Amino acid sequence: MAVGQVGAPLLDGAALRADFPVFERPTASGRPLAYLDSAASSQKPRAVIEALADAYAHHYANVHRGIYELSVDADSRYEAARTAVARFIGASSPREVVFVRNATEALNLVAASWGGANLGPGDLVLSTEMEHHANLVPWQQVARGTGATLEYVAITDDGRLDLDDLRARLARGPKLLALAHVSNSLGTINPVAEITRMAHEAGALVVLDAAQSVPHMPVDVTALGVDFAALSGHKMLGPSGIGALWGRRELLDAMPPFLTGGSMITRVTLEGAEWNEVPWKFEAGTPAIAEAMGLAAAIAYLQSIGMDRVRAHERFLFERAWASLADMPGVRLLGPASPDEHAGVIGFVVDGIHPHDVATILDREGIAVRAGHHCAQPVMLRYDLPATTRASFYVYNDLDDVERLVDGIRTTQQVFGTA
Amino acid sequence: MTDDNLYRDFILEHYREPHNRGVLEPHDLHFADSNPTCGDEMSMTLRLDQARERVTDVAFDGRGCAISQASASILTDDLRGLTLGELRDLDPAEVVANLGVPIGPARLKCALLVYKVLQGAVRGAAVGWPEEADVLAGGNAGGSAP
Repeated sequence: MAVGQVGAPLLDGAALRADFPVFERPTASGRPLAYLDSAASSQKPRAVIEALADAYAHHYANVHRGIYELSVDADSRYEAARTAVARFIGASSPREVVFVRNATEALNLVAASWGGANLGPGDLVLSTEMEHHANLVPWQQVARGTGATLEYVAITDDGRLDLDDLRARLARGPKLLALAHVSNSLGTINPVAEITRMAHEAGALVVLDAAQSVPHMPVDVTALGVDFAALSGHKMLGPSGIGALWGRRELLDAMPPFLTGGSMITRVTLEGAEWNEVPWKFEAGTPAIAEAMGLAAAIAYLQSIGMDRVRAHERFLFERAWASLADMPGVRLLGPASPDEHAGVIGFVVDGIHPHDVATILDREGIAVRAGHHCAQPVMLRYDLPATTRASFYVYNDLDDVERLVDGIRTTQQVFGTA
Repeated sequence: MTDDNLYRDFILEHYREPHNRGVLEPHDLHFADSNPTCGDEMSMTLRLDQARERVTDVAFDGRGCAISQASASILTDDLRGLTLGELRDLDPAEVVANLGVPIGPARLKCALLVYKVLQGAVRGAAVGWPEEADVLAGGNAGGSAP
């Protein structure tokens, strides 16, 4: 769905804000909250907050083992949430969806379980220079533990994956490629379908960190062709403490468990245990039951808007923000300029002003942005920056937020006398 | 005190033209540390008197925000003539209070990075961050704390 050069965004951000109680909260600035930190975590619509409360008030018991009505109710709602996630990301079966705490846990699960069982000395694993630490440190750890070699695909000056470098490294026969769909620090949208085709031709599995894409655009793991994908509920209007790993059934079936204990077994003796089927094999202990129901409510909310429209809306805000910021003297933008390759996440630096100071002065205007390394220290090193400021958009943002951001940066430059 | 006072002129002056900036060569003590939440790095070099007891000169280096740079500039101005024991006993709450602007929890580490680096230099090993409650409890205006 394309957005024209002129005209209003496709969503009415101000109207949608009415669904999110947080925007009723006054800020110290006296101005309404301009929340531009959804890439870190999103705000929650009333529908999700109410679903959580409703789960605890009316549908709560432990799942999987109860004979009684209430437990059966909780179990069926928990499993319905799994189905909702599967449908939302184009998985062929809910059995391929494992509930975890967040994308970080999902990636750790793949690294420890698949990596531990399939990697050894001499094996090559690829990650990229643009990864969030969550898709980088687990691979460092598993490489250390198994003797495998970990290499990183380079990124270009404008924040794209260097596909020539990728091609060269794939030619050396890596077993696996771990990459982000959307970079949390640069906003880059990677051409995942094309990359996956290249990786599979080279015999490598593809692990996709979809934490920044699933909340913001239509994502179909089957169409992308990847082998694993990780997502976090809290970044997609859902509760914290719930996320999902999707993986191909045959891969999940062959993997050893990650955490062990209750629920994930079929039979335990003092001598050993037999594992439950997937996905329950990977869900040891009592899971985040109410949070799974909250995630289902978040998915229903997003589906009621339509992910095409979410993407078009954020693309519109990105284009306007990028155009305004690119015109400002002393502001340097990170990542690709093309809206086709850039999600609603803008990392930037203001000459002569530390990102923390930018964020503090924006905060005084009621604008919430993030400043720091965004859990992507190698990206900061790559561009020789100690930190950046990051503004990120979601459904509840609108052009007013973009204007306030631009004005706030101008104010920051005035305070520091660099304008 | 309102949060508007955070970027008062003297803070910005220390940021633009920090005192005691650079690296002393030779030096008697050296330490570098960082604030992992923002990636800021700071190093400090100190010269001691012949008895290796009192600070004769000090310099800090690195990059960071206005608060961390001003805090380092202001604190290092006060270190010459102090003994190692006195440095060790420095109260982090006082370092924050000496900044003269309200520091809330969000910017506390910025203000205390120089303290952490100094303690590392004096003790020869990295020290942990002071407890937030200990530093902010001492009557300091709460800054931007909600």
